[in-house]
Amino acid sequence: MTFTPIEIISSAVLLLFLTILIAPLLRGRQRLLINASFTMASAASLLGLIGGVWVVAGGLTSRIILPVGLPDLPFHLRVDPLAGFFITVISLLSFFVSLYSIGYVKGYIGRRPVTSLAVFYCLFLSGMLMVVLADDALFFLISWEVMAAASYFLVMFEDERIENRRAALLYLVVAHVGAIAILLSFGIMAGLTTGFESFSGYTFDAMRQAEVPLKWSTAAFLLALFGFAAKAGVVPLHVWLPEAHPVAPSNVSALMSGVMLKTAIYGIVRVSFDLLGTFPWWCGAIVLILGLISAVMGVLYALMQHDLKRLLAYHSVENIGIILIGIGLSMVFVSFNMPLLAALGLIAGLYHTMNHAVFKGLLFMGAGAVLHATNERNMEEMGGLIHRMPWTAALFLIGCVSISALPPFNGFVSEWLTFQAFLLSPALPSPLLKLLIPMGAALLALTGALAAACFVKAFGVTFLGQWRGHNMPRVHEADWFMRFGMILGALSCLLLGILPALFIDWMDIIPQQLIGTKTGASSGAYGWLWLTPVARERASYSGMIVFGGILLVVVAAYIILHVKPGTIRRVPVWDCGFGKLNPRMQYNATSFSMPIRRIFGFLFNIRERVQLTPRAIHKAFPKRLYYYLRVRDRFWSWLYKPIVEFSLFLSRYAGRLQQGRIQAYLIYSFITIIVLLVFSR
Amino acid sequence: MNIYKFTIECLQVTIVLETAPAFTLSLELPIASTADVIVLVALFAIARFFTALAGMDIGTAFGGMGSSREMTIASLAEPAMLMAIFTVSLASKSTSLSQMVHVIYSGHSILRPSLAFALFAFILIALAETGRIPVDNPATHLELTMIHEAMILEYSGRHLALIEWANMMKLFLFVMLGAAAFAPWGIAETGDPGAISMAFLFMMMKLSIVGAVLVLIETGLAKMRIFRLTEFLGSAFLLATLGMLSFFILE
Repeated sequence: MTFTPIEIISSAVLLLFLTILIAPLLRGRQRLLINASFTMASAASLLGLIGGVWVVAGGLTSRIILPVGLPDLPFHLRVDPLAGFFITVISLLSFFVSLYSIGYVKGYIGRRPVTSLAVFYCLFLSGMLMVVLADDALFFLISWEVMAAASYFLVMFEDERIENRRAALLYLVVAHVGAIAILLSFGIMAGLTTGFESFSGYTFDAMRQAEVPLKWSTAAFLLALFGFAAKAGVVPLHVWLPEAHPVAPSNVSALMSGVMLKTAIYGIVRVSFDLLGTFPWWCGAIVLILGLISAVMGVLYALMQHDLKRLLAYHSVENIGIILIGIGLSMVFVSFNMPLLAALGLIAGLYHTMNHAVFKGLLFMGAGAVLHATNERNMEEMGGLIHRMPWTAALFLIGCVSISALPPFNGFVSEWLTFQAFLLSPALPSPLLKLLIPMGAALLALTGALAAACFVKAFGVTFLGQWRGHNMPRVHEADWFMRFGMILGALSCLLLGILPALFIDWMDIIPQQLIGTKTGASSGAYGWLWLTPVARERASYSGMIVFGGILLVVVAAYIILHVKPGTIRRVPVWDCGFGKLNPRMQYNATSFSMPIRRIFGFLFNIRERVQLTPRAIHKAFPKRLYYYLRVRDRFWSWLYKPIVEFSLFLSRYAGRLQQGRIQAYLIYSFITIIVLLVFSR
Repeated sequence: MNIYKFTIECLQVTIVLETAPAFTLSLELPIASTADVIVLVALFAIARFFTALAGMDIGTAFGGMGSSREMTIASLAEPAMLMAIFTVSLASKSTSLSQMVHVIYSGHSILRPSLAFALFAFILIALAETGRIPVDNPATHLELTMIHEAMILEYSGRHLALIEWANMMKLFLFVMLGAAAFAPWGIAETGDPGAISMAFLFMMMKLSIVGAVLVLIETGLAKMRIFRLTEFLGSAFLLATLGMLSFFILE
């Protein structure tokens, strides 16, 4: 009996549904429940991974039509290389995270029942897979809602805290505003395909074949972009993200940041390149500009955070921005009919999608291990954890290096590809774009450097130095399941970084199908060692040689310096003769980011207050110092507060309709009927 | 306590290994295609990243202060650095260093306005990145003005020697990068020993010229306040951008 990839992927979804059914039966035995359900989730992810890799490698397209759904519109399922790629990304990370969860979720035993966590976790995974599998608007939106609802309940998991409930509500509101925009976008495309009479226009196949007039396709694109941007957390629609991601359990945060945001990227690519196909050049420019703004603002806001998980959440905004930069560049190149460069931009965006999933998942798993061990999310209270948690520290460090776009890890490869795409933009015929797009490269460089600063801060404050809190809790290293999940994440960071040519060769079929050209970044006579987009004279990168060089010198220097024991003498650190240094005097997260806060302060809403209680001798020797700092997102007061106030204002007036008297309501229905009779025939 | 101390030297030495052969003397070395300029900038960044972590590892205010300032300056310098390099790579249509040098070396016009702007920007950035006056004073140990020295304050002995060596190598590499990109005269186009030894002589000459200029700069200027650096690096960025604009407009 032979299987097709789509059957394997569908069986992964079925396995997840089975887990959802089994989990409540085991609720009496929590430990067994955790073991069983997360093992099944990781098995399902492995199935999805096999299917996804197979689809992309073979360049296959296959479809299934399920006999359920609306009378005229059964559920259509389809995988093509683009879908296969996103299935691979989702399954890869969910495989790591499911293994990690077996250890992580046990931390809740004795504190609260985890049945709902297991159920909604599996529902969330299956929702993400179904979004990518969907091939008609109805099934897509149903899966989209399943994913949103499941993640809502996961954010609400620890619902006794008011911040969790607030975050979940905000998340739900933004998700639904986005979903409405996506629905409208599909409506436009379907309506122009078949008119508004039948459902058949709602399949993606019909939309692909339709000839949509340019102004309508632009409208559809902008609506879809709005909807997906709300889900992806693109600035200025990002406010829900740093609220919702940190309060969810850490394994769920890893999935939400690592892969849930990517379904929105999938949506943007699917709608723009596949369903619409044609769009004016400024659509790509909008995506590019949104990407640049998100990248810079995301990393700057991240620098201001002192909650480890919130910091990581803001970095998701940044990385979504970097992905959108690649995709936006690709769209610009497509509209000027330069397929090779478009393919390069698309590959850069998609490769960063994969990379971000892996390293952000790793970092959230590390943050979860820290949270699990110390019960603390505030970095200002941490420090010196590398001594108690060497494994977690080393693995977290790999994540930090990767996300800071440093070679030889994976983050660098995708940023390098994006830079190459930027540098090719002078080939564009429009002089304005020629001048402006290279500026974007400078912003990307700024983002990368600020990200490195931010992760020096995150790693340095959390793991290095000394414990800053009052008394150090009994910190323990993560257990083997958690460690294993993180090790796999770190390994993939390294492999994606040193063997990019292999992976890009594998996914080169996607631009082939969407744009019509391969990048050929790795093909040709140069082999798997060299990544050479466009031409070897133009640029080349060999992660393997860089990695080898670094490894060689590190080993050599280590041998020279450390092979003879006792050559390192430790003495007290320099304290200017003060003599009473304590761990509270170390630089902390707030002080680390102070110069950047001052330089880029105009972008934030900062309130800073210092109060000195002077001593009698002289005011230069204060008795007590009180320091208060609040950094807020400006977008909240610029954009969201007016909307909230306006809707409150409207609802106050609309509330007057509610009289509570039956006569008034009868009059309303009577008027409505009259109006309908007059105006609609 | 200082678990990360050993990584720094290694990484700084790495830079040396990765990049030194690629562009100082000859265009035709086997390792040259690894040394894309963007990779080069990233290798400097990785050394800085680990040095800053080592500063955080000490667990005193000085280390953290140095790391924080270093990373701030770096994040302002990096965009300007890449803009300057991009201007050169626009002119040479490549980011591969040996290819860039090759195109500029064999180019007909030497006086390109874009390259002049980029060179000026590059000088400012090189001063910032290598921690020379007016950005940072490598000779100071006054607590409140240290930047790079604050991060490595707790090192001594062989470790300190390696770090100092790596710092000097960084300065050397920046000079050679500038010389290769903006004044590649005398560089060996083939790999034969005669050409390389000639190139070596040219290199010594260029190094001594740059050394003299550096002395002039360091004696003539005072160290800046740290928050004036935004203007300094901002003007570097502006110059690099002007270089790029003049490339599009004039060339």
